Amino acid sequence: MTSTSSTAPVSSPTLGHRLWSAIFGARVLVERTTARVVAAWRRSLYLRVVLTTTVLSVLVVIVLGWLLLSRISAGLLDAKQHAALDEARAGLTEAQARLDAADTTDAASTEALIQGITTQLSNRAGQPPLYQVLLLGSANVPAQPEFSSNLVDKGSVPLALREAVTSTQRQSYTYTTMPSADGATRVPGFIVGAALSVPGAGAYELYYVFPLTQEQATLALFQRTLIVAGLLLVGLLALIAWVVTRQVVTPVRMAARTAEQFSAGRLEQRMAVQGEDDLARLATSFNHMASSLQKQISQLEDLSRVQRRFVSDVSHELRTPLTTVRMAADVLHEARQDFDPATARSAELLQNQLDRFESLLTDLLEISRYDAGAAVLESEQADLCEIVRRVVDGAAPLAEARGSDISVVTVSRRCLVECDPRRVERVVRNLIVNAIEHGEGRPIDVTVAQDVGGAAVGVRDHGVGLRPGESSLVFNRFWRADPARARTTGGTGLGLAIALEDARLHGGWLQAWGQPGDGTHFRLTLPRRARDVLSSSPLPLEPPDAAVGRRVPLTVGLPTRGADA
Amino acid sequence: MDAMKGRVLVVDDDTALAEMLGIVLRGEGFEPVFCADGARAFSVFRETRPDLVLLDLMLPGRDGIDVCKQIRAESGVPIVMLTAKTDTVDVVVGLESGADDYIVKPFKAKELVARIRARLRRDNEIAPESLTIGDVSIDVAGHRVTRDGHAIPLTPLEFDLLVALARKPWQVFTRELLLEQVWGYRHAADTRLVNVHVQRLRSKIEKDPEKPEIVVTVRGVGYKAGSPEGG
Repeated sequence: MTSTSSTAPVSSPTLGHRLWSAIFGARVLVERTTARVVAAWRRSLYLRVVLTTTVLSVLVVIVLGWLLLSRISAGLLDAKQHAALDEARAGLTEAQARLDAADTTDAASTEALIQGITTQLSNRAGQPPLYQVLLLGSANVPAQPEFSSNLVDKGSVPLALREAVTSTQRQSYTYTTMPSADGATRVPGFIVGAALSVPGAGAYELYYVFPLTQEQATLALFQRTLIVAGLLLVGLLALIAWVVTRQVVTPVRMAARTAEQFSAGRLEQRMAVQGEDDLARLATSFNHMASSLQKQISQLEDLSRVQRRFVSDVSHELRTPLTTVRMAADVLHEARQDFDPATARSAELLQNQLDRFESLLTDLLEISRYDAGAAVLESEQADLCEIVRRVVDGAAPLAEARGSDISVVTVSRRCLVECDPRRVERVVRNLIVNAIEHGEGRPIDVTVAQDVGGAAVGVRDHGVGLRPGESSLVFNRFWRADPARARTTGGTGLGLAIALEDARLHGGWLQAWGQPGDGTHFRLTLPRRARDVLSSSPLPLEPPDAAVGRRVPLTVGLPTRGADA
Repeated sequence: MDAMKGRVLVVDDDTALAEMLGIVLRGEGFEPVFCADGARAFSVFRETRPDLVLLDLMLPGRDGIDVCKQIRAESGVPIVMLTAKTDTVDVVVGLESGADDYIVKPFKAKELVARIRARLRRDNEIAPESLTIGDVSIDVAGHRVTRDGHAIPLTPLEFDLLVALARKPWQVFTRELLLEQVWGYRHAADTRLVNVHVQRLRSKIEKDPEKPEIVVTVRGVGYKAGSPEGG
């Protein structure tokens, strides 16, 4: 007992849970089914057209059927009513004539007379009888003899009709029910009544009761025929809708398939043109569009190929003689102490400017490679911290010459990202060399941080900074902060433009922040996997040590893709 | 200046550059030999038996790549390619055809000489030493690599790469470290050189180059020697 009672509180939540999950499951099922139906409705033109046609034709058939049926039944009943009224009037006239002619006084002869009239009237109905006859005495005279042809009784006559007949003394009619021919069921009937005066016996009423079995059977047949015809019609309409839609949808689907293949890069795909109808016109226009697109694309491809080829050729043609010049200059430079001062200085200048010329050529070729769309990302797993350390080591002599201390802060020891290490190193080198160049001998902070989405390098200097609006200009080709200022380290003016392209190629961001007198902060953000979309950076663009009171960044960076919060 | 440090075959069709290279090489004590035609390069190579080949990639007659393959098929002599192309495809194709190193035009005379020296230097250090990686044994002095007694032919550079890894089997070598130790570079960070040569070495030394057991990749870092058990 105890064990049973102890299980009860456990089982009831389980049951509740089950019930709940069953309801939930059913709801999910219903929702899923609804969703599937809605999706199918949206996706399939077939389903939509066929279903709409079916529903509309069902409505039309119902309305038409109802109209037809009511017209037919009204017509049938009208005809029946006319015939019935005529028959009843004739019978009444005959009965009244016979009654008027008879000269009866005693009850027995009256009864015999009335019975005779009833039988005679009934016999005129034929076999099987078209109607039944009923002769009733008016209610106010008791014990009046009453007669009827077989089967029908007084109960078949509605009281309202009897009242109408006795009060108006005119022919009245209504619908009623009466026993069927075999007496088992009651069938609808039409009943006509009129007043009759029997000499010596007072007021009588003569009723003719017409069964409507025939009319009912006719109507039922009509109804069945209409339903079958309606169903057939709806089915046929649905089929027609399907066939017609097919004629339209098949070419449209073919067009869609062709367009998909076309956009997937199979530029030679064309639609088959059949006939001269609208769909053929669609196909023709599509094919025209495809041809013109294909032509333009191949033209662009050719152009790009020519451009790439040109860059490659120029590169080669320029580089070979430059190598000779370079080496000749090296030899002269080595031997400069043997020269007179002017020649020695010339050798030095030649050497220095060759360096500049060389890096300019390299940068020009690189940027034209980007312009030609020929830059390829060769990504591999690389350690961003390692790259930064290497660049900082390499830049140490320059930093020392300028008196800037470079401090590197890395959040973690390693920072793996999928990137092209040569390009990333170039970007970082560019940023650090720029910082040294514009850092006015003040400290430079390099920060490396990472989060789930990616990694970032921030390079912060405390030099002259940037004026409002300049932070996007810095990425322009050959842009100089102050044209009047002499260029000392001999940058090419293309470094940041290339760096921006490098970042873009990775799907990363390169952004600049700067304030006059408060230095600049350049931030490179790379997605964890190359070409992934970045949504945020692990480093703030505005450095935490920015001058207080001027917190609002005067310049906003230039996201290479998307926006940064 | 007087002692010849080595004979260098310069295969370049640009006469000005070839002459300039000659001046610089002679100044550094090398003995330059010239060939301006790719088609004749191989016969000149056979006649002169140089210690090192400087090979331009774009040559009339015969492509530099073909010349490189032809020489490599016969000899392990160090080949340094001179190229004006920096695209990876061009660089990798050059390296895969058998070049040990490449130098991009325009280069400085000092840089070129440093590379040539680095390629020739290796002959000076010979110490008897025997190493194993996996089931491969290396005789450093004899310059022989064997598996189950069968010799595996390697170029000197591939040999150096294998020895560098085998000497410190516990260490993971970054590509930069290998560049420094095997090629003798500092701060020259073209790691493609390492990648291509590791692939070449694997294709010769691994039973299944798709699943390397001798030269193992450490993802995101570099390479290390496989375990001596030959796992």
